[in-house]
Amino acid sequence: MLKQRDVVSVDDIETDEMFAIFELAKKYENLLKSGKRISDFESKIMATFFYEPSTRTRLSFESAMHRLGGSVLSVPEPKSSSAAKGETLADTMRMASAYSDIIVIRHPLDGSARLASKFSSVPVINGGDGSGQHPTQTLLDLYTMWKEFGGFDKLTITVLGDLKYGRTTHSLIRMLSRFKANVNLVSPDTLKMPEHVISALPKNFKVNVTGDLNAVLPKTDVLYVTRIQKERFVDPNEYQGVIGAYSINLETTQEMKKGSIIMHPLPRIDEITPDVDETVNARYFQQAANGVPVRMALISKMLGVN
Amino acid sequence: MEENNKSTLKVSKIRDGIVIDHIDHGKALKVLSTLGISGGEEFTVSVLMNVKSKTMNSFKDVVKIERRVLKKVELDRISLVSPGATINIIKNFEIERKFKVEIPDSIIGIVKCSNQNCISNNKEPVSAEFRVESKNPLILRCVYCDRTMIQPEICHKI
Ligand SMILES: [Zn+2]
Repeated sequence: MLKQRDVVSVDDIETDEMFAIFELAKKYENLLKSGKRISDFESKIMATFFYEPSTRTRLSFESAMHRLGGSVLSVPEPKSSSAAKGETLADTMRMASAYSDIIVIRHPLDGSARLASKFSSVPVINGGDGSGQHPTQTLLDLYTMWKEFGGFDKLTITVLGDLKYGRTTHSLIRMLSRFKANVNLVSPDTLKMPEHVISALPKNFKVNVTGDLNAVLPKTDVLYVTRIQKERFVDPNEYQGVIGAYSINLETTQEMKKGSIIMHPLPRIDEITPDVDETVNARYFQQAANGVPVRMALISKMLGVN
Repeated sequence: MEENNKSTLKVSKIRDGIVIDHIDHGKALKVLSTLGISGGEEFTVSVLMNVKSKTMNSFKDVVKIERRVLKKVELDRISLVSPGATINIIKNFEIERKFKVEIPDSIIGIVKCSNQNCISNNKEPVSAEFRVESKNPLILRCVYCDRTMIQPEICHKI
């Protein structure tokens, strides 16, 4: 099982391990609701290294560790400390593994978490590396779908928005490719899913690449919306055009099938209008909240207490 | 006529060393540079470019290097530049051994990752490392950033 292993990519998690994480996450969710204290991890320490700011992800990890009864060493701005002095990430990881039982790293360079795992003697969780992978986001995304639909086979998932830079979508597609899910990739031409992501999928897993949301919306069970960043466009008019074509509003939800849901890794800007928040389809706030029990379950499996 | 014979003799026979044959035409100089041979060495190097190949109806390059042996990593480098190359090891004017270069399953410390944002291009104590995803056509996947590389980019990054 996951005990003492690294989780850098979704490939590091076997399918049965993922479902075991989901079952445990559900248990933790209920425990949290009941207000019971968990103390199995009292002597365990997590170190978090966030080389780029992501308050949401960091708080979710740290909350998860505290909820498990463990403690957290946090280096909120490693840039101002060791890295600025020219220390390699390799050395920082060697040092950190002497102080902690598990490490979470988020770093702007692609592949940094893989490198960290090579030099750390304690298990490493990738909290997002460059435009690479973000496996815990994928776990909580799939957990959200699993709770809703009970599985992924025959599910139609439409991923919308910035599929080029949006790393959450890369891991998501990779994990979904293990199942008989139907995946639509909807984006403007300039923000298409990169070839290296698609070519890494199993040959028998077909994705439907399109720019036309309306064509796929009526059959969609899960509409997974991602943030489209203004900075990605040279021409501000082009950004306005894309937002106009792809933003989700009350009207969009009326085109959606009964029982379908809308997800978003957050923060959202203009991609989903606030009036969607109150609809039966909106799941993005629950999705974010699911991050804590899912990360609790993952940490628990990796530390091997449960 | 005599002049021509002399020069043919010069390039066709070496006493001890290696003949790298069936190099993709136009790649001879790249093969030499990946071996770190610039011409300033003590040994004789002969380069034939755009030679008509006997077996195939095509052109090839040939490189002959006297008094030189090849290390495993150098054979790996040649395999990435020209996968069809064959190596002849010459001892005392005779071919002692002849074999084709072979692309290894993993490439460590030979090719640099083309992704500038990859951690392997940063000041860290690791070599760039790739899994060979396909040999024909050649596709390498970075162990760190997961990006793929194909020719001619691979050649440029050796
Ligand atoms: Zn790389």
